[in-house]
Order: sequence, then structure tokens, then C-alpha cells
Amino acid sequence: MESYTLRVNDQVHDVEAAPDTPLLWVLRDLIGLTGTKYGCGVGLCRSCTVLVDGSAVPSCQQPVSTVGTRSVTTIEGLSESGDHPLQELWNELNVSQCGFCQAGQIMTAAGWLSENPAPSDEDIDRFQSVNLCRCGTYPRIREAIRTAARRMQGADR
Amino acid sequence: MIGRGSVHLPSVLRDPAAREGSVVAGEASEAVVLNVSRRSFVKTGTLAGAGVLVLGVFGCSRDEASDAVERAIATGDSDDAVFRPSVFVGINGEGDVFVVNSRAEMGQGVRSSVHVVIADELGADLGRVTQEQADGDPKYGDMNTDGSTTMRNFFDQWRTAGATAREMLIQAAAARWGVPAAECTAHDHAVHHVGSRRSAGFGELAAAAATLEAPADPPFRPREEWRYIGTAVAGYDNSDIVTGRARFGLDVRMPDLLYASVERPPTVLGRLVSFDDSAARAVPGVVDVVALPDAQAPVAFGALGGVAVVATNTWAAFKGREALVVQWELGPNAAHSTDSYRRTLEASASAAGEVALDEGDADAALSGATDVFEAAYWVPMQTQAPMEVPNATAWFKEDGTVECWAPTQNAISAREAVAGYLGLSQEEVTVHVTLLGGGFGRKGKADYIVEAALISRAVGAPVKNTWKREDCTRHSYFHAPSAQRITTAVGADGMPTAWRHRTAFPSISSIFALDVVRPQVFELGLGALTVPYDIANVRVEACEAQAHVRIGWMRSVGNIHHGFAVNAMAGELAQRAGRDQLEYFMELIGPDRDLSPRFGERGAYQEDLVRAPFDTARLKHVLRIAAQSAGYGNASLPANEAIGLAVHYSFGSYVAWAVRVRVEDGDWSVIRADGAIDAGTIVNRDRVLAQMEGNFIYGLTMARYGELTVTDGAVDQSNFFDYQFARLNETPEVSVEIVASTMIPGGVGEPGMPPVMPAISNGILQVTGRAVREVPIRVG
Repeated sequence: MESYTLRVNDQVHDVEAAPDTPLLWVLRDLIGLTGTKYGCGVGLCRSCTVLVDGSAVPSCQQPVSTVGTRSVTTIEGLSESGDHPLQELWNELNVSQCGFCQAGQIMTAAGWLSENPAPSDEDIDRFQSVNLCRCGTYPRIREAIRTAARRMQGADR
Repeated sequence: MIGRGSVHLPSVLRDPAAREGSVVAGEASEAVVLNVSRRSFVKTGTLAGAGVLVLGVFGCSRDEASDAVERAIATGDSDDAVFRPSVFVGINGEGDVFVVNSRAEMGQGVRSSVHVVIADELGADLGRVTQEQADGDPKYGDMNTDGSTTMRNFFDQWRTAGATAREMLIQAAAARWGVPAAECTAHDHAVHHVGSRRSAGFGELAAAAATLEAPADPPFRPREEWRYIGTAVAGYDNSDIVTGRARFGLDVRMPDLLYASVERPPTVLGRLVSFDDSAARAVPGVVDVVALPDAQAPVAFGALGGVAVVATNTWAAFKGREALVVQWELGPNAAHSTDSYRRTLEASASAAGEVALDEGDADAALSGATDVFEAAYWVPMQTQAPMEVPNATAWFKEDGTVECWAPTQNAISAREAVAGYLGLSQEEVTVHVTLLGGGFGRKGKADYIVEAALISRAVGAPVKNTWKREDCTRHSYFHAPSAQRITTAVGADGMPTAWRHRTAFPSISSIFALDVVRPQVFELGLGALTVPYDIANVRVEACEAQAHVRIGWMRSVGNIHHGFAVNAMAGELAQRAGRDQLEYFMELIGPDRDLSPRFGERGAYQEDLVRAPFDTARLKHVLRIAAQSAGYGNASLPANEAIGLAVHYSFGSYVAWAVRVRVEDGDWSVIRADGAIDAGTIVNRDRVLAQMEGNFIYGLTMARYGELTVTDGAVDQSNFFDYQFARLNETPEVSVEIVASTMIPGGVGEPGMPPVMPAISNGILQVTGRAVREVPIRVG
């Protein structure tokens, strides 16, 4: 076991973990932030997506030893009070069914939208297709991102 | 559950001691114990009472813990209610209404619907109704959340609960005011007497209402007075989900919790011979390694056996598993492989089976026919693959009781299974139900909960048992692989005069009884016996199929393969006749008529055929609507595109899909999907639309990727690279129409699924001229 100091949602956490422990399990089991979900463990479903220095990464593929001093943002820290435009649109369009994958969906979208603030429909399909949803909420995810992007640009107010 | 009568439960699941009531109280440890009502939490040393969930502050700050608790899925404690006219509803002195939801929420939307029904009947403001989740207890009636049964079976029960409360509040107000109860009404969260312009809120009446006798048969509120039912109501858990505060089974935490993962034998009924755990125990964080008892036949809902690695975190448990060296005896199913099994099933479906439906004389009509046309269909084994893997937390305590937290579709059955397999009475087992990250039938079987309880007993600590994705793929209760052969006699007009449907697939009942070697009647009722075509001679036969893996329910169950074959055959007949699909299907379904006499008062779905007959007019109506929405017949499509149709009755509802497909470069895609559903009276319009959308994607996934195979008794696939789902970039625009209806509620969670694959294949057939008879669907 090694000691690590992680910066998660602007809070500092000291944890003891084996170096190869994925950030996913450090967040969930050691820090207690369970909003980040385990889906496949091999980076194919992206239910575990978090932001590391603002970029979306699958936390199941990020060993804790590689996080360093970078800033980690989980779904719990995406916004102060659940009012990120993506969260608002997810609610307005009732995107969620079972809800299990949705934190990962939102974090993935938050990551790439910050670099592509005015996506085309093709962009949405391309960037968001890394995330899996078994309930089949894709049509509403697509619409929620489309509208949230407009709102974030101030065009939909 | 469908056709429960024909399922033989093993004695371990038939506990004569089962009786109502008495949920074992949650026990407090030294830690902070939190009452997880949404309305309050308390800090205390001990806390007794049904359904108290103990959540830990282990590893997280006080703020995070209290936040976790406030947002955790609440369980049924409701200790401040002064008025409890039903197990389903209560009201406190402030007028807060709580609803106890006894059905599992797995994405189908019950938690966005149960309060809608009760609020309307009561006259409550929806915003003042909160929910609590029931523990497994027979006092709630059936808790098995499958078969699209919730609204079908609970709509009237919940209305009765709301109406009972309403009538008692009205009586309390009338007594207080000295006016006739008949002059009072309940709406907007209060009782009103128009004549004297008096009103009293539910909260001020609750204590008085609690002293009254419940009315025997309270009247239902007239439909015209419904305020919420039939409208689009926001998802109850929306905010919790998008902020990460929703608590699924996988998110359960408590002090001193250990984390387990189980290495299971690769074959069903495989046995543990020996294992070397020295390397596993050397993995940092691993605290114990436990051998589980081997599975016994019939497997039912028991654990599969194997070796559990127990650790201080999930990753260490996974790593420990990898370090195990295990010797298995593969057992009686080791010779099972898909290639040879498929040939066996296809041969079986090519010969006579047990006759399950015989109208007219199909054999005579076929032998005398000049034009006989037949087709054989193959649908491979499938798995439900919920995004949240099976998992459960169990705490076997020193006093011999066990408390479980699990994402389960059937908390009563889970309680029975844990009690049965651990040799406890049901009173010694508590099952708390969390949110389910998808279920689709998988989480109706308690094997993963039994495992958790066995491991907790062995290590003497609370244990969370987490399946890896690979375990979820390989150790399911699979949707049965099936071979079907439909043989028709075709008249000069291109319409069939005889229909013989032979279907071979291993039965779900095989998990409960070893002598079940062919599809059971309850499974044939799922799409084969319900063939809706106007054909004089119809015969359905159940052909032999031995089970070598665990077979189970998966969203729409037998309708998956029967709906595919029956609709695909209709498409092939239309094509052969050179006819338009819509026109041909309408003629094939034939005149408006009631098909219920085939089934009596209760159909294959235990649906009430007296109040809602199986009606071909409703079937044709949804087909017409879907076709119209899709622009069927109007659109001038490119030569490589077509709109395929399919329509199916299941779970008391009627669904049609009109799917525009494109064939290019040796592959196919869906451009647009238009669906129509007649589910009778609907409760939450938005959730009905969502289920239709989701069912389309579920069907699209199966059509493109749905195939599991077995070699030497073990499932070949493991994770999302070899058992794929459709992704966003494969998703077309999906549009759905809901038929306005005052009929009793039909199912919603499953009926959207069966017509998806055949609508796709019927579109491809139009483009290519070649029949599609296999899933996954391939062209070229």
C-alpha cells in the first residue's frame, strides 16, 4: 500500500492504496464518492467517467499512482447545486431511465463540450458514442446535449 | 410472473413458515446510525424499527455522509405518520403524504408513477408526496417486478389505497363540520365543503381520520377528475441521478464493510476440486478467501459455488481473484457447445412436438396443399446485461439474523432464497431494496444475494459482493436460444390456409425441475399461441430442448423469438405474394374479433381477458398508426431503403413498429423508427414514451449484436467488446404515438420490444428480396 494525496472536487483526500488501484475504486470504496459507477472495468462503457484537469477520462483505466496533483472532478462536484446546463437538460428532458450510466454520460459530455462548445449533430454522435446505455436513452441524450450546448453559448435563453 | 402455475419451485423456496409481517429490525453499531427518510435523519446509538438502513460515514466526511443519507433511497420507516390507512400510504400531521413503493425501480419508471396514481385518487398535490421503498415483505402482496405487471396489477390496488385515505379524510372533515360527507370533496391537498366555504388540509385531518374505520369499498374518483394520471410527470429520481446522489445496490456503504468477488466454476453444476489461495492472500487488501458450497441441481436461485476473495476494497478483491489457482470438475454440462446444440434444436423443430394449440386440422391442410411454404428461424442465446452488475451487501450478525441490501426485482423471493439456502427462517432475513441499475429480468433471481449472505456468514462481517462485468455476461440466467420452423399452406390468393409453428428452446422451468425438457405452455403463450392471424388451421407444437445453462426471464421473454418468427414469416408471405406489407398484414390479421376464447378468462400474461379481451382491432390500429407516422406508402425512398413493419400483442398491450432501414456496403442501419402503443389507460405518459424508445434500442442491440455462444459448457463472451450494445451513433430518430384509451392498463416495460427485430428484418427483406431468418441480422 502507498499513500496518495488526491484533489477531488476541490477537497484534499489522503488515501492508502496499491499503486495499480484504479481511480474508480479509490473514489468509490476509499473516499466514498459513489456517483462514479463501475460498468465494465475495461474502459468500454465509460460509466466511470470523471474529469481530470477538465478532460473526461474513464477512471477504471486511471491507476491512482498516475493521478498526481491533477484536479479530479466527479459528478458530485460538477456543479454547486446540480445546475450545470447538462444536469438541467437531463432533468428537463427526463433523460434518465435506470440512471446508472447517466453520471458517466454527463461527465463525458461536459469534458468534450468544453473543447467543442458548438457541436454539430455528427460531433455529438462521434464524441458521445464512447458511452454505453442499456436502457436506450440515447435519443434524449442527443437532444439534451444539443440543447445544453446552445444554452451554454447563451443562444437558448 | 408469467405462468407461475407451471413452474415447480424446489422445497427450499417453499417455506411453509412464511408468514406476514415482522421485518427484523436494523441493528445499530457504535457508528453513526442514520434514519434514511428523505425528511429527516437522526444520530443515535441504537435504532429499532423496520427498514432502518445503516449507512456509514466510513471514509467520508460528515457532510458527505449526511448528504448521502438525505439523498439515499428511503426505506419504509415513516415513523411520523399519524394516519396509515394502507400499507401503501400514510400522512403526517404536517400533511406530508408518503407512498410506500413495493415495486422495484429499474428504469421502467414505477417511482415516477406510483405516487401519481395515489395522489390523484387522494386529491393530493404531487409535490407533497414522497416515496419510501418497501423491504421484502408479503404484506405488500406480490413484489416480483417482472412480466410488465406493475400497472396491470397495482393500478387498482393503489387507487384503492388513495381512495380509502380520501374517504376517511372526508369523513373526518364532515364530522368536524357537522355536514354530510357526501357534500365534501377532496382536492388540492385538502377537504372542502362548498356550502359553508370551509376547507381543512390533509395534515389537520390526519389524526382524526386515523380513528375512523376504513370504508369497505371506497369509490374510485371519476377519470374526468384526474389531475396527473395520463400526463407527463417528471422522473422522481431525476435530480439524484444527475448529481450522483442516487443510491444503487453497488453504492451501499456501511462501517466495517468488506468487499468480495467470487470466482465461479465456468460451467453450471461445475464443482470445486481444489484451490491454492496463497498468491491471492498476498494481494494487499485481501483479508480472507472463502470456498462456497457447490451448486446443487436444480439450481433455482441458488449460488453457483466457487471461491470468494474478501478484501478491504473491490479492486483488491478482483486482483485476489486473478491470483487464485483453482481446479474445477466441469460436471454434467461440460459437453455443451452452441454449434452442436443448434443442430440439435433445429432437428427437434423439424419433427413433431407436443401439441399446444390445435385449431382446425393443420396437418391435413398441409398434406393436401399444392403450395407449402416453410421457413426456419434461429435466435441465439442472449443475456440481459444491466449496466449495474449483479451485486448485494449482506450482514450476517452474531444473533443469527441476516440483513441484505440489494438491487432486486423480487425482494420476497430474495428473502425466501437467502433463508432457504442458509437454513434460516424468513423472519431472520431482511431484504432492503435499492435502486436497480437496470434489471431486464436478471435481478429477479437472488443467486448474487445468496452469495453475499454466505460470504458474510463465513467472515463474520458485512460484505458487499460485486460481480465483474465478465461474471454478469457469463453467469446469467440466459434468454433461451431457439430454433423454430413455421410451415404454411398458401392459397391461390397468397394467404395462408394452414400454419404449423414448431418451437424448440430450453425452458425457464428447467432451473426448477430436472424433468422439464421442452417449452412449457406459459412460454408458448408468449407469442406462439397468441398468433393473431386469421387462418383456419393453426397448430403450435413444443419441441424437445434440454437445458445445459441456466435459463431465465429477459425483457419480453419468449416474445423475443416468437415475435420475430411470427412477424418475419408474415413478411415473407407478403413478399412471396408480391403484396404490400401493410395491406397484407391487415388482411392476415383479418376481421375485428376477440381472440380471448383461446385462453379463457386469463391469458398467457395472467391478463384480465374479461375486462380487456385480446382484440384484433386494437392490433390493427397500432399497426396503421405506426405505418402512417413513418410515411409508409407515401415516401419515395431510395432503392436501398424501405420501411419494414411488425406488430405484436404482449403483456396486455399492442405495439407496432415501422422502421426505415438502409442497406449499403454489405451492412444495414436504421434511419428512423416510428412506434405506436396501445397500453390501455396509461399513468405517466413520458415514461411510456421512454419505455418505447428504450425498447427500440434494446431490440436494435439484439438485432445487430445479440449472440452469446457456449463452448464446453462455458460462455465464450465476456465484456462489451464481444457482447456489444448499440451506441449513440447507431441510434436513429425514434418517434412514438400513444393510443388514447380508457381500457385497463396493459404492460409498458416489455411490449415495445418484440416487434423491433422483425420490423427491421421486414424492411431489409423489401430492399434485398432475401429473407432474414437469423439473429443477429446480417445482409450480403
